[in-house]
Amino acid sequence: MDKKQLMRGSQVIGEAAVRAGCRFYAGYPITPQNELPEFMSGAMADLEDGTFIQAESEIAAINMVIGASMAGARAMTSSSSPGISLKQEGISFLAALELPAVIVNVMRGGPGLGNIAPSQGDYFQATRGGGHGDYRSIVLAPAHGQELADFTRDAFEYADRYRTPVMILADGMMGQMMEPVVFPEAVNPSELPPKSWILDGAQERPSRIIRSLILDTVEMEEHNWKLARKYRMISNEIPRAETYMTEDARLVVIAYGTAARIARGGIRRAREMGLKVGLLRPVTLWPFPDRAIREMSRLVKDFMVFEMNTGQMIEDVRLALEGRSNVHFYGRPGGIISTPDEVGKAISSLYYRQHLKEDR
Amino acid sequence: MKKTIFAGFGGQGVLMMGYVLAVAAMRDGREVTYLPAYGAEMRGGTANCTVAISDEEIFSPVASSPDFAVIMNNPSLAKYEGTMKEGGTLFLNSNHVNRTIARDDLASIAIPAVDISRELGSERIVNMVMLGAFVTHTRMMSLDSIKNGLSEITTHTKASILKLNYQALDRGAEYILKGCAQ
Repeated sequence: MDKKQLMRGSQVIGEAAVRAGCRFYAGYPITPQNELPEFMSGAMADLEDGTFIQAESEIAAINMVIGASMAGARAMTSSSSPGISLKQEGISFLAALELPAVIVNVMRGGPGLGNIAPSQGDYFQATRGGGHGDYRSIVLAPAHGQELADFTRDAFEYADRYRTPVMILADGMMGQMMEPVVFPEAVNPSELPPKSWILDGAQERPSRIIRSLILDTVEMEEHNWKLARKYRMISNEIPRAETYMTEDARLVVIAYGTAARIARGGIRRAREMGLKVGLLRPVTLWPFPDRAIREMSRLVKDFMVFEMNTGQMIEDVRLALEGRSNVHFYGRPGGIISTPDEVGKAISSLYYRQHLKEDR
Repeated sequence: MKKTIFAGFGGQGVLMMGYVLAVAAMRDGREVTYLPAYGAEMRGGTANCTVAISDEEIFSPVASSPDFAVIMNNPSLAKYEGTMKEGGTLFLNSNHVNRTIARDDLASIAIPAVDISRELGSERIVNMVMLGAFVTHTRMMSLDSIKNGLSEITTHTKASILKLNYQALDRGAEYILKGCAQ
C-alpha cells in the first residue's frame, strides 16, 4: 500500500511536527484547531520523551514554549486568531531571546471573537511581528494538505537555523479538511545538531544567561542591530514564491494560502475564455518574496491581489512594486470562501476594464 | 470533477459515508478532498460533509452547487435541494425523507435504506446501504474499492461487523442494479 494517508489538516500539522522532532507542545483549546492539541495529546503520550500540556491559557502555553525552547526542545504551540493575539507578548519574547519555536495560527474570521470560519484577517499581525518591539517572525503560508506537512518540517528547520519564532499561517478550512498526504521521514531529535546556547544546567561549564531585559541603551541598540542583521540574512535566504501560468500573462493574481488555491481555479476558468492570466503565490509571507514580484513587473502591468480579508497583503505588493505596475484588489472577509467561478469573474471583469484583451 | 454532499442527523453515519468514499478515491489514485461541517453546525444536530473527487487538481473543496447529494433526512433535503447543480442527482433515504422535490431538473433515487438494513438485522448500517447504492448508480468507483476503503479505516472493527457492512454495501448496490429505485 502506498504511504498516502487521508488526514485532517490539523492532525497533519501534528504528525509532521512529531516527525520533525517536536517533543514539547502546550496549547489551549479554540475552534477550528482543536484537533491539533487533541492529536498532540495522544502523540506525545506515545513518545517516551514527549510532553503535552493543556495550559490554563494561551499566554501560559506560549510561556511554556519559551521554557521548553530554552531547555533545547523543539517546541510548538497552536491556536486560532483570538488566541494568537494573546500569545503575542510571548512571541515578542521568543524573538528577543532568540529562541526557536513554531507557532501555528489556524485563522478564523475576526476582529474580536469573530466566527470560526476560514479567514486571512491576521496577515498584518503575523507579518509585522504582532507583538511589541523591533522584530520579525518567519511566516509560512501553506495552501493544501501536503504543504501543511512539508512546511511544518521547514518551520522547525528555520526556527533552529535562525533561532527565531516561525509561524505557520493556516486557516479554518485547511484545519478541518482532509486531503491525501505523504509524510517526510521522521527525524530523531537526538540526531539533530546540538545547540550550544541552551540552558541545561551549568555543572561543568560557565553559566549562560538568556534574557530580554537590557537596560543599557547602547547594549540594547547593539542587540537590535544584531536582530536586524539576522532578519536581513533571512530576507536574502528564504523568500519563496510559486508561479502558475505566468509565462505570457498580462494580468497576474497574487494570493496565498487557501485564496491561492481558489485563485488557481479562477485562473483556469479565465484561461478557458482566452484571457492571459497567471498566479504568483507568496509561500513565505515574511520574508515577502518582493524580488519575484518586482521582476514580474517588467512584463506585467496589472496585478490583482486576492485575499480573504479587506486588503492587507496588498500593502506588501505595493511596497514591492514601488509604483511600477497597477495594483488592484479583490477580497472576501468574514469567513466567506469564494468559489473559483467568482474569482474567475473578478479576473475577467478587471481584464476587460484594463483593456488587456486588446492586441498589443 | 464531481462533488457530493452527504447530509443527515448526527448519528446517521453521514461523515463516515464521506470518509469511506474519500479514502477509496485516494486509493484509486484520484484527487480528493473531504470537508466536514464543523463548529456551530456540528452542535446543531445536523451533520454534513462534502467530498470532491477528480482526475485533476481540486481548487475548492466547497460544493456551492453539488453534482450529487446523499440525503438522510427531511431537513437536509430542504437545505440542499436549492443548491444542487442543474441536472444533479439526489439519493434519498426514503424511510426518513418524504418531502416532495420541487425542482424538476433533478433526478432522485429513493432507497428504503432503513428497511434494507433491518432485513440484515441492524439499523446501524443504513449509511452503507446508501453508499452502496450511491457508488453503483454514479459508477464513481467499484464496490470493491469502497470495501477496501472501509476495511482500511476500520482496523479495530470486529470481522463480523465489517462483514455486515459489506453486506449492506452489496444490498444497496443490488437495489440499484435490480432497477428498484427507478
